[in-house]
Amino acid sequence: MILGVTPAEKYVAAAYGIVFLVVLVYVLIIALKLGRLERELDELTGVVRERREAEQEQREEVPVG
Amino acid sequence: MRVRTSENPLAALAALAGVLIAASVALIFFYVPTDADQGFSQRIFYIHVPIALTAYAFFGWGAWKALRHLWKREPGADLESYVAIHQGVIFGSLTLLTGSLWAKISWGHWWLWSESQLVLFLVLFLFYGAYFMLRYSVEPGPARANMCAVYAVFGVVLIPISFLAIRLANQLIHPVVFTLQGPQMAGSMFVTFCVSLAAMLTLAATLFHVELAGKRIDSRLRELRELLA
Repeated sequence: MILGVTPAEKYVAAAYGIVFLVVLVYVLIIALKLGRLERELDELTGVVRERREAEQEQREEVPVG
Repeated sequence: MRVRTSENPLAALAALAGVLIAASVALIFFYVPTDADQGFSQRIFYIHVPIALTAYAFFGWGAWKALRHLWKREPGADLESYVAIHQGVIFGSLTLLTGSLWAKISWGHWWLWSESQLVLFLVLFLFYGAYFMLRYSVEPGPARANMCAVYAVFGVVLIPISFLAIRLANQLIHPVVFTLQGPQMAGSMFVTFCVSLAAMLTLAATLFHVELAGKRIDSRLRELRELLA
């Protein structure tokens, strides 16, 4: 027994700690994935915006009548 | 930005999971009496068994969605089956880890090959672990979805075998708590177990929906990228 902690208490703490750690790692992975999805969405939004601006410029250049 | 739980069922589910987890931890460490036979280490039961049941539920749900894919061609069923099996493998690995810790403190062994319940759960876990090898070795498309669905449906046969193995086996080192006569434990222990099971299932459902939403967004972004190319 170290610092008044019995072996049973250590094993119980380890079991609950492992579950907590795995859930934490899982949440971290999901957070990283969300970050990646947000970057991809920003990139695609930029592509759409650039295309729209290019289309508007083309429209302005075409003579009417 | 304020999130209304009535408008966001996933946020409501996550909040419910948080409340139930807090309640189960409080019950496990401050309410339930210490077991006369196993002592303090019996408290692993309240996390190990709900995790194992959640893993079985995920494998079963994955097989059901795979069947829906094969039978009704339900859109998105393949993705749901994949996410359910992924979650099942995560909960399965937690079952093996918490079970090993409980076995070491209770029986003095990390693992016993003579225990059919343990071996059959390991077989079930490895079977569904191999699902990912199959999935990532085939090009995405209808053929992959069909192959994975057939594999997932076959695996479901192992669930009742694994679950009933302990009741059919002669060696009874692994405890049998739920019998035909009902739960073999005190009322307070059963209440704590039920709250822990509800907490684990709610947490699992939250993680399942979060992962599924991520996969759906990923798939739509890929589609959008192809359209813009």
